[in-house]
Amino acid sequence: MSEDTIRFTLNGRDVSVPATTRGHLGDLLRHEFGETGTHIGCEHGVCGACNVVMDGVVVRSCLTLAVQVDGAEIETIEHLGSDHDVAALQNAFVARNAFQCGYCTPGMIMTARELLAGNTAPRREEIRDAISGNLCRCTGYQAIVEAISDAAETLREMADE
Amino acid sequence: MLLKPCARWPMNKLVSKAVGAPMPRESARLLVEGRGSYVDDIALPGMLHIAFVRAPFAHGRILCIETADALQMPGVVAAIDGKELAEICAPFDTNPPGVPGHASAPQPPLAIEESCFQGETVVAVVAESRAAAEDAAELVFVDWEELPAACSIAEAQSDSAAAVHSSFDNNLSLHHRFGAEDVSDAFENAAHVVEESFAFGRQTGVTLEPRGIIAHWDPRAEELEVWQSHQVPWQMREVYAAQLGLSPQSIRVVAPDVGGAFGLKLHAYADELAAVAVSKRLGRPIKYIVDRLESFTSDAHAREAKATCRMAVDSEGHILGIDAVVDSGFGAYAMHPRGSFGEAMQAAQMIGAPYKVGAFRAEVRGWRQNKAPSGAYRGVGQPIACAITEDMIDLAARAVGIDPAEMRRINYRSTLDEGTRATQSGLVIEELSLDACLAKLMEAMDYKTLRAGQAALRENGIYRGIGFASFVELTGVGAGLYGPLGLPLAANESCRLTLQPDGSLTCATSVTDQGQGTLSALGQLIAGEFDIAPNMVRMISGDTGRTPYGGGAWASRGMALGGEAARRACVRMRDGLFEVAAGVLQCEPSALAFDNGEIIGLKGPSGLTLAEMGALCHYRPYDIPTGQVPPMTIEESFLPLNLPYITSNGVHAVHLEVDSELGTVELLDYWVVDDCGTVVNPLLVDEQLRGGIVQGIGAALYEECVYSEDGQFTNGTLADYVVPMAGEMPAIHVDHITTPTRASGLGAKGVGEAGTVGAPGAVRTAINDALSPLAARVAKQPFTTRRILEAVMAAENLE
Ligand code: FES
Ligand code: FES
Repeated sequence: MSEDTIRFTLNGRDVSVPATTRGHLGDLLRHEFGETGTHIGCEHGVCGACNVVMDGVVVRSCLTLAVQVDGAEIETIEHLGSDHDVAALQNAFVARNAFQCGYCTPGMIMTARELLAGNTAPRREEIRDAISGNLCRCTGYQAIVEAISDAAETLREMADE
Repeated sequence: MLLKPCARWPMNKLVSKAVGAPMPRESARLLVEGRGSYVDDIALPGMLHIAFVRAPFAHGRILCIETADALQMPGVVAAIDGKELAEICAPFDTNPPGVPGHASAPQPPLAIEESCFQGETVVAVVAESRAAAEDAAELVFVDWEELPAACSIAEAQSDSAAAVHSSFDNNLSLHHRFGAEDVSDAFENAAHVVEESFAFGRQTGVTLEPRGIIAHWDPRAEELEVWQSHQVPWQMREVYAAQLGLSPQSIRVVAPDVGGAFGLKLHAYADELAAVAVSKRLGRPIKYIVDRLESFTSDAHAREAKATCRMAVDSEGHILGIDAVVDSGFGAYAMHPRGSFGEAMQAAQMIGAPYKVGAFRAEVRGWRQNKAPSGAYRGVGQPIACAITEDMIDLAARAVGIDPAEMRRINYRSTLDEGTRATQSGLVIEELSLDACLAKLMEAMDYKTLRAGQAALRENGIYRGIGFASFVELTGVGAGLYGPLGLPLAANESCRLTLQPDGSLTCATSVTDQGQGTLSALGQLIAGEFDIAPNMVRMISGDTGRTPYGGGAWASRGMALGGEAARRACVRMRDGLFEVAAGVLQCEPSALAFDNGEIIGLKGPSGLTLAEMGALCHYRPYDIPTGQVPPMTIEESFLPLNLPYITSNGVHAVHLEVDSELGTVELLDYWVVDDCGTVVNPLLVDEQLRGGIVQGIGAALYEECVYSEDGQFTNGTLADYVVPMAGEMPAIHVDHITTPTRASGLGAKGVGEAGTVGAPGAVRTAINDALSPLAARVAKQPFTTRRILEAVMAAENLE
């Protein structure tokens, strides 16, 4: 890390911020870079609304200090629409009405994408387990579970073709 | 008077083709893509941020405030206390004239001499960033004298209680009775009398997006613009005008995307009013986003109540009488502007609502406490009433020796008794379908098999329970309620429909949407009336600068009232267009219909599409044969006349297993059969019900604002205040009975609260059913593992 700057890749762009930047990654993304699709719900690592992808792994951006991302690759919902899995999930979330206010949705999709990357045919209980760190206060979770299951099926069909 | 559909358009024709279709919310796709615009996503040039210094004690007197050190900090612009803000902003005075005996102290935006709950706002520190404001707030010195406090309901009502606010010498804020003065006859002649005490923990709504506001007073134009995560922008315009002494017309309130609301964002809060007043004081845009701890300690709380209930039944199980007392915890101030009494009143009045209960008496008292103010949360009192009623029904069924489902069936009410205008408790009920709901429910759950399985497992020491909850929900609550209370609240919902020259439609509605999908459903309904694609209808909402006057979102009103307003606007728009087309096509308007956005005449497609009609009326009106240009913008507003509200109903059932050694509850299956009248979009309605049920399960099993004895909030994080997560929630099977309300042509009754009203009662009765072989019962919600174990152990000790 250079003395006075934090450099990282944000959604494919090289960016930098002063090393004096305090606070967590969630605030940095939202307020410095205007990537407001990442939401802040609890600031305690409980709700998953702030989930982003850091070097390929889903992390809580509210628990990740801005200084920790030096040299990392960060991806947020804004960028991931071009990803097959994310697009399939987004389509399924719309088709199943798996969101209401949408505040939890970007974080939920991050988690679901990670699940599907490791398990192409998750059972309902596996899906429920996987999203157990993502709070949705509006839906009854059922539509979300169905949407993730649908997306998995779509992706399997695409892989077969 | 019930509204009759007008003769020319028989009712079935008014209900559009699109009604009932499970259409996805394409217009909300941007939320899934992270392109929403919630209030914290908005930034204005020159915007400042607030951090509040909040009261550390349940009750305290402010001796002095020193802000000099805070003002020295970099980026700090101002540190404003209650006295300074009082120069430009009046305190909330929340004493609706129509509620006799209601008493609440005035609540200033920042406490002046006395603060009455932990978390009350005291000083607003304003800085270039929130972080700078927070750092500086740490340096504000407040000299406090801690005062004696009354926190629990029991404490508040004791004779020796400390006064919650120095302007009163006791803590009673409301005292009211529903029904008869004396019901002793019914009890004297009963075959069985059952009695139980109840307690309900304090909860809060926990929207995933916390409250937030941006206020911008423009000193040059003398105009105030407010962006607020809120349900009722029109109400807030009136509130800010009244508190700041401004003309309502100089204020615009916008509710952008809102990350959940559930009643919590129906109120006017001291901190948000302070943010607006600070903007007025400084002439700069101010942003204030509530953090999670502030959210727990200052959002509207709800549900805290104690109750006792007696029920008298005859030897066959018919209810002869109900006698109840409900004590409700109001918190330190009545929530502005609607007060805190709604929950208490509905908790008492709605006891027994689904049933013919014979003699009825319910007394209700509301108590001031040194805790956060309580206000509306999804269901408002009805979940309490439902839980009390359903537990009493089960107790009575056991006393009589009949099946609990049968006990419900024989007591259901379907209409008001002949010659009456209301039930004994004063409820105006249109028509209920509980019988049909229960029959469908029992079939769906295969009730007999479940009971047989339950009995077999009990032999092996496995305790499963089956619980029912029948509910009546008051929806679309309107002027008939608020007007007489003296609350200046528009409760009608409006639609302003415009035909654009390109043939697309714009619907500006007073209804607001915090995720329910109401706007998509309204667009679907309108598109259906003209047989066009939903994306041809542009919805505008949540903006007093752009929408017609009306309510917003509460009491499940979106489709029930807003849908009817939209439908009526469509009918008038269509009538006008058909007049024009009839002239062109030389036929009667009644011979015309819309098909795929085109007017169909006697000879089939006419070429008169909406786009052609738009262009004709806007650009070439001289070509209209009659010479009469119909209005291209139509405004309709709807409120059912002579009905204070609409009544929806339904029945819930849950199957669960209690581990009598661990005290845990596993939810195995959940069913609901709901009658919300006409269902415009089942995809939205069904998950709305499920979401409500999950919140009700949270109430039953996990959620409680835990205060220490001296009024300190002890579990103010989402790690400590437990809400339902996906892993513990059951599959929820939803079905419907459809009885359209006669109050409107559309027939929708509303569904927003139905899940939350019924679920706590269903879970309560199921747990008590599971524990019945152990002779154990739970009475205090939430039914945590600890409380369940205590109940089991208490029963063992009795043996
Ligand atoms: S905001 Fe990060 S987990 Fe909730
Ligand atoms: S959709 Fe509102 S929190 Fe999930």
